[in-house]
Amino acid sequence: MSGWRTHAGHAVALDIENIDTDQLIPARFMSTPRRAGYGPFLLHDLRHDAQGQAQPNFPLNRHPGASVLLTRRNFGSGSSREAAVYALLDFGIRVVIAPSFGDIFAANAVNNGLLPARIPSDRADTLIGELGDRCVAAGADLSARKLTLSQHTLPFEIDPVWAEKLMMGWDDIDLTRAHTAEIAAFQQKRRQHLAWAFPQGARPQDTDTQATSQGTGVGDRRFNP
Amino acid sequence: MKTLLDKLWARQEIRRRADGTALLWVDRHLVHEGSHHAFAKLAARGLSVAEPGLTFGVADHYAPTQGAPATPAIAGMIAGRAANTERHGIACFGPADPRQGIVHVIGPEQGLPLPGLLIVCGGSHPATHGALGALAFGIGATEVAHVLATQTIWQKKPRSLRLTISGQLAPGVGAKDLALAWIARLGADGARGHAIEYAGDAVRALSVDARMTLCNMSIEGGARFGLIAPDAATFAYLQNRPFAPEGAAWSRAVADWAKLAGDSDAKHDREVTLNAEEVAPIVTWGTSPEDALPITANVPDPARLPPGKAEHARAALDYMGLSAGRPLESIGIDQIFIGSCTNARIEDLRAAAAVLAGRRATVPGLVSPGSRAIKAQAEDEGLDRVFTDAGLTWVGSGCSMCVAMNGDSVGAGRRCASTTNRNFRGRQGRGARTHLMSPAMAAAAAITGHLTDVRPLLRGRHAA
Ligand code: SF4
Repeated sequence: MSGWRTHAGHAVALDIENIDTDQLIPARFMSTPRRAGYGPFLLHDLRHDAQGQAQPNFPLNRHPGASVLLTRRNFGSGSSREAAVYALLDFGIRVVIAPSFGDIFAANAVNNGLLPARIPSDRADTLIGELGDRCVAAGADLSARKLTLSQHTLPFEIDPVWAEKLMMGWDDIDLTRAHTAEIAAFQQKRRQHLAWAFPQGARPQDTDTQATSQGTGVGDRRFNP
Repeated sequence: MKTLLDKLWARQEIRRRADGTALLWVDRHLVHEGSHHAFAKLAARGLSVAEPGLTFGVADHYAPTQGAPATPAIAGMIAGRAANTERHGIACFGPADPRQGIVHVIGPEQGLPLPGLLIVCGGSHPATHGALGALAFGIGATEVAHVLATQTIWQKKPRSLRLTISGQLAPGVGAKDLALAWIARLGADGARGHAIEYAGDAVRALSVDARMTLCNMSIEGGARFGLIAPDAATFAYLQNRPFAPEGAAWSRAVADWAKLAGDSDAKHDREVTLNAEEVAPIVTWGTSPEDALPITANVPDPARLPPGKAEHARAALDYMGLSAGRPLESIGIDQIFIGSCTNARIEDLRAAAAVLAGRRATVPGLVSPGSRAIKAQAEDEGLDRVFTDAGLTWVGSGCSMCVAMNGDSVGAGRRCASTTNRNFRGRQGRGARTHLMSPAMAAAAAITGHLTDVRPLLRGRHAA
């Protein structure tokens, strides 16, 4: 993942609170491999009617070139599906501005280069009211922690580590692999001092093809009353 | 002076960065079919699984509860999970395994989560395992790939919120009602950034099954973590589980677990209290779990709510096909669903059966036990007969109608009384209208065909 410091694009308002990840991408689309592109699935059931026709008045249908989404509290709540972030990114969204985000969603966003920018909720109220159904020039500056929305400039909040991660395009796996020896030492110590923490019964096996009613199933020793 | 969270966190820390983010050791990693993105990430980098012995695969989200997979794409997801786990030497509770079931139901049932361990899963309800005194939380696909590759995870320590529930639950009121009560009070993001430690007499009095229901719903109030300090009930629950320690290891483990409870003088970042005696059976009326009210209430009037909330309520009522002021009990339903990692354990099935015994459902409904082991036990106890005699359909175990990606779903515009955890738009199928409630309340709704206070139906009966 490559890092970024500034973004310049266009913003639309999505005047709905509690947009959960089931809205961002309905479950039925999630068996698709990522390379197919998740953009068409973004907010699918809000953007389309039951016959699959696009709702012409939905903000992202009116302004399909928008890259900044201004919305209400608790955006990305619910399911941990990272596919919600893929749908936003593949549609072209780079920044979501809201008073609050679902915790797992926000972490997923940062892991994929999407900025979850927090602003106070009264500020969101005013800006959403002002934006209405227009699409305006908008941008984000990660190092200055500033957003621009038409003629406004305003600060946003983000965990400093996350801001750095977005700017550097850090990949956690690479970071962690620098600590491989430390991890191995921790694991060994744990095996010595906390032997019970390592499952006794766990043996690598795929039992898909070995259905039996005995063995390690709970059939023989289940449910202490 | 340490909280339960402090103690659990300290045990897992491998290192801590200057900014406070910690690298934590993962003791159990549960992967389901939805983890395909993570395996693809791993493959793209040519990495292998660091600790296959601490990784466990399940088939639940896409698993059909009746017959063959509904579509080739669904069959492909299940086969993909099997191939991924097999390639990496990961033990798997697949579709034909007698231990198969919903990840957060079979985990505890198998003794995988233990007090003082860290468990992660690429889903949002791992907090269920926190009921056993484990540090358990949900992660996304990038993080799943990271855990697969390193058996660790970077995480910032959440703040601690103690939710003390005092008093005694009335008959017909249970853990699901407690969960919906606090979420309605604090909001769907009310506990965001926090780990909730559930405490108080009412929590101690809950069975381990019911504690899991309570912890399961933590995320619906915004909390990634839900915790209950382990006690004698926890130990009794875990003893002799297939993956639990045995013999001398068991004794050492129990001695260790007894020290995990928070110190009495420990300070929490936030304190919230709830009186169990004031909690009535609760149902949701809208499209967020915070849209919850006692069954005796009326549908709220958006005009009387604050502006932001009013807009949400108006849209929710429109989607739900409801009008303001209408008594909740007058809302007719088309079907019921009893299942999911929230409410498909044996006690949930017993509670529903206690209401349904000798009665007929007037609407159709699906009952999906949380695991094959629970299914077998329910059949031993004759619960399946209670459901089928009432006219409900008894099916296999899986996520079923909780997530509508496996063939089971609620039709557009249809109204379902459901024991699941999410009433989001379209969660149970496009256009589906979901009312969340306890298993006993879903059973009551099945009998009358509308949202119903279960309490009168329990009079003269022994509530399970
Ligand atoms: S039952 Fe529902 S909430 Fe639970 S793991 Fe399955 S899909 Fe997720």
